[in-house]
Amino acid sequence: MNDTFQLDGASVPFAPGQTVMQAALAAGHYIPHLCYHPEFKPHGSCKLCTVKIGNHTAASCTMPAEAGLEIESDIEELNALRRTLVQMLFAEGNHFCPSCEKSGNCVLQALGYDLEVHTAGFRHMYPDRPLDASHPEILLDFNRCVLCELCVRASGEVDGKSVFALAGRGITKHLIVNSASGLLKDTNIALTDKAMEVCPVGVILKKRVGFSKPIGERRYDQRPISAQALDDAPRTPTGAKHE
Amino acid sequence: MNDITHRPKKLKIATTSLAGCFGCHMSFLDIDERILPLLDLIEFDRSPITDIKHCGPCDIGLIEGGICNAENVHVLREFRRNCKILISIGACAVTGGLPAQRNHLDLGSCLTEVYLTEPGLAHGHIPNDPELPLPLDKVHPLHEVVKIDYFIPGCPPSGDAIWKFLTDLIAGKTPELGHGLIKYD
Amino acid sequence: MSDNAGSNTAHLETILGCHDHDPGKLLQILREIQEQYGHISPDAITRIASQLAIPRARAESVASFYSFLHIKPDGAYRVLFSDNITDRMLGSEELMRRMCQQLWVEPGKVSEDGLVSINTTSCTGMCDQGPAMLVNGRAITRLTHQRVQEIGHLIRNRTPLADWPADFFRVDDNIRRKGLLLDNKLAPGDALRAALTLGAANIVEAIKASGLRGRGGAGFPTGLKWEACRNAAGITKHVVCNADEGEPGTFKDRVLLTSYADLVFEGMTLAALAVGAQQGYLYLRGEYRYLLEPLQAILQRRRDKNLLGEKILGQPEFDFDIAIHLGAGAYICGEESALIESLEGKRGVPRNRPPFPVTHGYMQQPTALDNVETFCQAALAIQMGAEKYKAIGTTKSTGSKLISVSGDCPRPGIYEYPFGVSVRDVLQDCGAANTRAVQISGPSGICIAEGEFGRKLGFEDLPTAGAFMVFDDSRDMFEVARNFVHFFAHESCGFCTPCRVGTSMLKQTMDKIAAGHGTSHDLNEVENLDRVLQTSSHCGLGRTACNPVLHTLKHFRPAYENRLKSLDFEPAFDLDGALARARQMTGRDDTGAHLNTEET
Repeated sequence: MNDTFQLDGASVPFAPGQTVMQAALAAGHYIPHLCYHPEFKPHGSCKLCTVKIGNHTAASCTMPAEAGLEIESDIEELNALRRTLVQMLFAEGNHFCPSCEKSGNCVLQALGYDLEVHTAGFRHMYPDRPLDASHPEILLDFNRCVLCELCVRASGEVDGKSVFALAGRGITKHLIVNSASGLLKDTNIALTDKAMEVCPVGVILKKRVGFSKPIGERRYDQRPISAQALDDAPRTPTGAKHE
Repeated sequence: MNDITHRPKKLKIATTSLAGCFGCHMSFLDIDERILPLLDLIEFDRSPITDIKHCGPCDIGLIEGGICNAENVHVLREFRRNCKILISIGACAVTGGLPAQRNHLDLGSCLTEVYLTEPGLAHGHIPNDPELPLPLDKVHPLHEVVKIDYFIPGCPPSGDAIWKFLTDLIAGKTPELGHGLIKYD
Repeated sequence: MSDNAGSNTAHLETILGCHDHDPGKLLQILREIQEQYGHISPDAITRIASQLAIPRARAESVASFYSFLHIKPDGAYRVLFSDNITDRMLGSEELMRRMCQQLWVEPGKVSEDGLVSINTTSCTGMCDQGPAMLVNGRAITRLTHQRVQEIGHLIRNRTPLADWPADFFRVDDNIRRKGLLLDNKLAPGDALRAALTLGAANIVEAIKASGLRGRGGAGFPTGLKWEACRNAAGITKHVVCNADEGEPGTFKDRVLLTSYADLVFEGMTLAALAVGAQQGYLYLRGEYRYLLEPLQAILQRRRDKNLLGEKILGQPEFDFDIAIHLGAGAYICGEESALIESLEGKRGVPRNRPPFPVTHGYMQQPTALDNVETFCQAALAIQMGAEKYKAIGTTKSTGSKLISVSGDCPRPGIYEYPFGVSVRDVLQDCGAANTRAVQISGPSGICIAEGEFGRKLGFEDLPTAGAFMVFDDSRDMFEVARNFVHFFAHESCGFCTPCRVGTSMLKQTMDKIAAGHGTSHDLNEVENLDRVLQTSSHCGLGRTACNPVLHTLKHFRPAYENRLKSLDFEPAFDLDGALARARQMTGRDDTGAHLNTEET
């Protein structure tokens, strides 16, 4: 027997231990998200996946699913909130899409597209974030970091290396690497690391392969992220109807 | 003024490029033959297309490029004073774009390198002719200097995106771009 | 002092040894190294990481989180002016300006000879005897121009802190009104004996029956918390005392730890008995570093009296001890789950809840975490009995509450009242006149104006952690709100987007309004930011960061509007100033080389 909760009026089944996000994606319901990744323990920092349960709000990626919950997600109030959060991230970093290798494959950008974000709106902070090109094969462009910690989690949990960590606090929080020199070349990162694959934006880049796909053929050129994310999510297609 | 329902009065549109590359204007021309039906609805005031130098009262102002010097500020203010609706068009107008990538550099060192210390420059000096507009210490998107009503992102936005946006606007609809038309690169 | 930082590694080894090379003690290790060397050098970070067998990036990540830890060389004398609004109202900004002039140093920078750095820090909890500062972590109170000048001389002469006049470091209790807590006649062990007579399960019942609620502000029923912790499955249970008194304007825990520490420890010990805990921690905010040795002495005395340690008061199964953990400048660690993270030697980032600390707290074990005052009240409730305790205060807010009064009044200090006292009564007792507003429970609390002074302190009406800042009619409430907004931006941990970016943007906008460039557009932006912070922040810090603005906008909107330009838009930066560098480089100063704010 499956318990269910309501998401925007649809019945969503879930297994014990699943979060609202996991259950929703598995059942084919998209909730916008950035720092959530199906392969890692959710930590809920970007807040894009904020949903409403009655009068209170919560990040759906960390919220345990419970039978009978009535959850709202795709409503203008929350989409407006998500738009503002995306705008905040654009204003916080230096996101120059036209010159970014990740353009077209970037989650932040794709979220902006999907939510019809036309401008950062806020005053741009234009922080000074020098890049790290020290490694022969890998480039780090910190200008684009959205502090989602996916690389921190991947390097720590999967690669067992802890190449990445976050330092500082508040608006000065920033990504650092695990070496006394502070340079990537002095870490034990490898091209085959999980941490190389998970950056949703254009921070961790393999050198000499940028712009390999022409415009029109890149990941989010073809399908909006709301469709693509469902393709990527571990699905339990039988969950809803059988058992 | 509001006789648009009967015999639509042509909307006046002004356009200009500030710290931009005119790529957005080129993209505007990419609406191709659709410019003909568009001209039934609009007429151009100040614009590189008309070569009118100053902007009169307009319904819509379209500005590409960010704000990198004092002259940009004057032009932007002229547009704001005269246009009912002001639109930032393209990455530079919306985010500062490519020119804003100098924002983490000191303007003084930029000028020094370009005019004084660059190899091959003999007796260089930093231009100080009062005819020349002074550069700002940082490049800004338009909305940081005046109020902007709408934004069309893209580097450049496609002709289709511009067409969709303008026809929505002319029809009195809140413009929406949607998948495929909205892009930041 | 900070001489030869890094080269002298003997101390480093000693410090690591004292903490058994335990990565969980990382913050304590870093704090002690900071104290020893004046900063934590990259080399020290590398050594610590390798000795603790943790990634270097993790050590750096923790060291860079706390504002009292410096990973770059700082002044041999590090002067931090407390920057609460009450310090400012007492003239701290002018004092700091003068000191910077006297010592030839810019705020936030280190003097060229490396002698001194001068900066501001969040409220140091000395609001009743401000303006206050910290010098190399030591609290100095009652600053005057003369005192600041003397300090300048002492620094310039490189006089060791130990040789400075003792009076500089004097911290007064300023107890103005006593009640059941401050007037208690308990001897160490009294409440504990009463608790032992009751037995563990009955302690929980008694605390539940007493109606005691947490004194840190949230007001969760203490008995329910202890019961949940008692019933939780775990290998080792913990009792943690939250003495990270960071809410600006609050200083009652400082007084309790100064003069009533036995009662605090007594409360912790009987909590341990109630929940079955073996280990206790007192998380002491770094600003109260000077209390460490006296508190340790009291702990030792209690051990000597068999009130701590093994088989407490001869009870065969009752082993419990308390260790003190020092914070290092992070308001967020007052949030219980961030405090636990910090206690584990990590960055003080609030956890996702559930699970809650009562089941998964310190080291993922059941943990009863309460405020300093709560433990005192619990000891009193056990001693006097639930019925008698419940008779004090109001139905939903039993017992008494310590109020930290500061700001515009002749008698700032600690006032104890039964719950239910009106704001007006407190104002009367502290002698406040012409009061315009009172900030209840600090920046994250509530700002109330004259018409509401009849409201009562208590969970039914005005819940409070104790701060009570008084503003008279000479004060500009916009500036009050702006000070609080700066505080939140500085203290945001940066974990979640809305708080990290939102508090910073709120600060920018408030500064823009303060500089006279604000428009109605900016007020709209403030309201939009408030909504985002409130609905999507990860923890209470972000969710309450907009309160100062929301409340002052409600009561004192003209204080904002008076500053607005009539225009509906103004740039957030000084356009003419943005041409200054180009003017300097070209030598131009003609009309074309300037931009007016408005074009005519």
